[in-house]
Amino acid sequence: MVEMLTPLFVILCPLIAAPLILLAGKWPNIREGVTLTAAIATFSLVWSMINPILNKDVILCTFFETMLPGVAIGLKVDAFGMLFALTSSSLWILVSLYSTGYMRSLKEHAQTRFYFSFALAIFGALGIAMSANLFTMFIFYEILTVSTYALVIHDQTAEALSAGHKYFAYLLTSGCFFLFGLMMVYYLTGTTDFTNGGIAALATLNPAHKWTLIILFVCFLLGFLKAAWMPFHSWLPAAMVAPTPVSALLHAVAVVKAGVFGIVRIVCFIYGVDLMTSLGLGILLACIAGFTMIVANLFAIAQDNLKRRLAYSTINQLSYILLGAALLTEPGIRGAMMHIPFHGYMKITLFMCAGAIMVATGKKNISEMGGIGKTMPITMLAFTVGALGMCGIPPAVGFISKWYLCMGTYVAYETISPVMITFLFVLLIASLLDVVYFFPILHTAFFKEPEGAVAESKVKESTSLVVIPLAITAIFSVIFFLAFILRPVEMLAPYVDMLSMHIYDLVDVAIKNVIIP
Amino acid sequence: MVTLILAEHYPVLVIVISMLAAFTILIAGRVNKKAAFPISLATIFVQLLMALSILKHVLAEGPIHYQLGGWAPPWGIEYVVDAFNAYVLVVILLLSFLCAIYSKRSVEKELPLKIVPFYSAFQLLITGLCGITVTGDIFNLYVFLEIASLASYALIAVAGGRALKASYNYVIMGSMGACFYLLGAGFLYAVTGSLNMADLSHLLPPLYGNRAVQAAFVFFAVGLSIKMALFPLHTWQPDAYTYAPSAVSVIIAATMSKVSVYALIRVIYSVFTLDFIQSYVGVDLALCWIAAIGIIAGSVLAIMQTNLKRMLAYSSVSQIGYIVLGIGLSPISAWGLVGAIAHILNHAIMKGCLFMAAGAFIYKLGLWDIKDFEGLGKKMPYASAAFSLAAISMIGVPPSAGFASKVFLLIASLEATKTFAVSGYIFVGVLLFSTLLNLSYFWRVIDRIYFVKTEGGHEDSERETKKPGVPISMLVPMLILAVLCIVVGILWLTKVPLPFVEQTLYELGVGVLPQW
Repeated sequence: MVEMLTPLFVILCPLIAAPLILLAGKWPNIREGVTLTAAIATFSLVWSMINPILNKDVILCTFFETMLPGVAIGLKVDAFGMLFALTSSSLWILVSLYSTGYMRSLKEHAQTRFYFSFALAIFGALGIAMSANLFTMFIFYEILTVSTYALVIHDQTAEALSAGHKYFAYLLTSGCFFLFGLMMVYYLTGTTDFTNGGIAALATLNPAHKWTLIILFVCFLLGFLKAAWMPFHSWLPAAMVAPTPVSALLHAVAVVKAGVFGIVRIVCFIYGVDLMTSLGLGILLACIAGFTMIVANLFAIAQDNLKRRLAYSTINQLSYILLGAALLTEPGIRGAMMHIPFHGYMKITLFMCAGAIMVATGKKNISEMGGIGKTMPITMLAFTVGALGMCGIPPAVGFISKWYLCMGTYVAYETISPVMITFLFVLLIASLLDVVYFFPILHTAFFKEPEGAVAESKVKESTSLVVIPLAITAIFSVIFFLAFILRPVEMLAPYVDMLSMHIYDLVDVAIKNVIIP
Repeated sequence: MVTLILAEHYPVLVIVISMLAAFTILIAGRVNKKAAFPISLATIFVQLLMALSILKHVLAEGPIHYQLGGWAPPWGIEYVVDAFNAYVLVVILLLSFLCAIYSKRSVEKELPLKIVPFYSAFQLLITGLCGITVTGDIFNLYVFLEIASLASYALIAVAGGRALKASYNYVIMGSMGACFYLLGAGFLYAVTGSLNMADLSHLLPPLYGNRAVQAAFVFFAVGLSIKMALFPLHTWQPDAYTYAPSAVSVIIAATMSKVSVYALIRVIYSVFTLDFIQSYVGVDLALCWIAAIGIIAGSVLAIMQTNLKRMLAYSSVSQIGYIVLGIGLSPISAWGLVGAIAHILNHAIMKGCLFMAAGAFIYKLGLWDIKDFEGLGKKMPYASAAFSLAAISMIGVPPSAGFASKVFLLIASLEATKTFAVSGYIFVGVLLFSTLLNLSYFWRVIDRIYFVKTEGGHEDSERETKKPGVPISMLVPMLILAVLCIVVGILWLTKVPLPFVEQTLYELGVGVLPQW
């Protein structure tokens, strides 16, 4: 335990940036400068906390004790939270570059409101990543929901507004379930702190209050609808009317990961692996996740709008993480934790590519993208890397998390229940379906001739501000994979770990917090 | 030491200077119309300072007892100020002060010919409200209740037109409420021969089984429920809030109903005490159920409104339900009373801010209907921002004031499940569901203000932006309240109010907050 103010400064960066962005609204360059500065500052501050975390320390920053005895509002950074904070803060830098290029190329209206809400959303996401207890997490969770609304309805068309209403209806209803769950945990145990191995007082309620615990868990699942598990997913494809940077960072990383992150927190740090196992809740969660993985992929195949297809792919990939947590085994949880940053990097690449295509050609539908691989080679190369990652094919990093997930199902088969082997097949089928809907895109892009007279000469890569960030995330998606292979080489290990942002080390530490021998 | 001795006299001074000011305004107003506002503002400011000093004194030294005319209770009238009174007094005067600042330009525009009578009645209303708060005598409370009510009938009627009918309805309903209250006081006097609250609380326990005492309790509860517009006795309230002048809507919505709530809590805990409630189990649960139905019904009615002020009025019906739910839960869980007390302040701030913003929309653009609010976010950025902050707080998004109340009430409901398993969970459900209802009617307005775009809305916006803006004197109180929505919300979560809360719970005999 180390007391530090750094976590406070981390969330203050975007919080202070937000009003500055409003003030600088009339000077676009200053405004974007503020965003970028805040993003870099945030990331550096997060990065500065990594050493104590790797030394298995926990950074505490308590703001104040509340009226409710036993509840304090405060931040606590552990390895798992660090993983999410690192992912969101590092990607914020790239996305703030990207959105500058994107929003200016499309001459979007209300850009000040866009950057303002964006900074607030990041504030919420980072707060969730570093919350010390459920109570604090709820506060940031709601801030994230409300601040994202303005981004979803950015276009202010009837379609955008109805998407926004759907977004609110789902997520704030879910917030009520979260609040109920959180108050219930507090009422039952007198604490809401995230505890390694789960809250002990909650475990003692089993078996006398078995059904209370099960219903409570279902409430939490409903409370984290940001994880977009089926059948409560339809807000996410609807939210794709937002500008692409929003879809990229919020609806592929920050918002949806906040949901998944929350569920993993509940599974591992509130209930704890042992209690989950003895209540049989792992199987419940695994069934939901398995159902979502298959059905979301079937939906994805039917989509022609690229962003909507990616949205369904996101729904599917989020459930990989849920499945990993549901397996309640060391490799499964490891796979789930890894998939948070890995999927973040890969999916953001895909979304940024979709945005880049829209900026350069104005095309949204896959069927119109014939031959685009020739005119926009860098974009489509990056897209290919992301797509390979989604399907779990090396050299993209998606392979590694999937590998661990598969191992997790096998261990669960041996230790928990023979039924769990079913989920190995679910995983494999889902991966196969990933291939079924990603490869046609690649095929259209590289091997089809462009339609009609969309003059090849006219179409070219979009501005460098758009292309560079997506190239970087694609490169990182490969670097993470290489890092995994090269880590055992002693000479290279320090550099490789540094370059891969210590993700593997963080997961190692986080696993030790979850599974206490 | 001088200040300490003075603080003992402040409870009576708060009333006296206020009442003198009401007449001074009338006389000075004959000479110069412009004198009315400064006198009123200065008086309220002094009252506010006194209230703050009373609160400080009470928290440090315990309750103040002031015997009027030197007659010792139970024969004379006694003013008793403990932590709870002092707090309500500060809430009333803070809101009155901000409302007074706000009222200047608003009244000049809406009632140019009636400025002097307006401020005179305004000051009388505040006198009544303060009187209800500081008195320790149930008959004296009735007198101040009537002063406040009569002043508010006049203040609503002063707008003329439809307000006359609204005010007439209010007179009928309000008088019935006052009668019920008076009957309650009369019954207690007949049985015990005393009107002093502290004295009554000692005399009553052996008489709890007496039918007259039980009837008195019901009379008090019904009478005050009419005054606070608890569903289904709210029928006078929407018209009154809607057609009253803007400044009057603010002061009545923010403070009048709160004072009635205060009186109810006072009657329940300082006259009848917790033992009475607990020995008649049905009472608290019945109160909770009425409140729960009111919360939902008020919100549903609010959703159906197209007029902003009327929507806010129905929202008040629902929010009063929150407070009464807290009161009903308090015999089971001390958190219920904390929620009720917190919501007295929180709702005053939020509703005050919302009505101020609604008044500003009317002041500048004459907009009453929600559907006309398109593009307001650009035309009136500050008023819109204040409105949105307060609305978000009403919805209960953390860390706003509404969220704090909701948390306290949720814990109270969960604790109630120990005694009433099903009802407790139903109240939890009601609280959470009403969040969504609040969302649906407030967000509709925010959407209109900021996001909805239809064609053709642009030409006239050019013309309207040239109209003079909302005066600073109207904006500043609004923005102060908007900021308070967040600041107070955070404060309720911290341990800062804990000494006050503990003292209040102790003085009202509700016990202590549960620990784990």
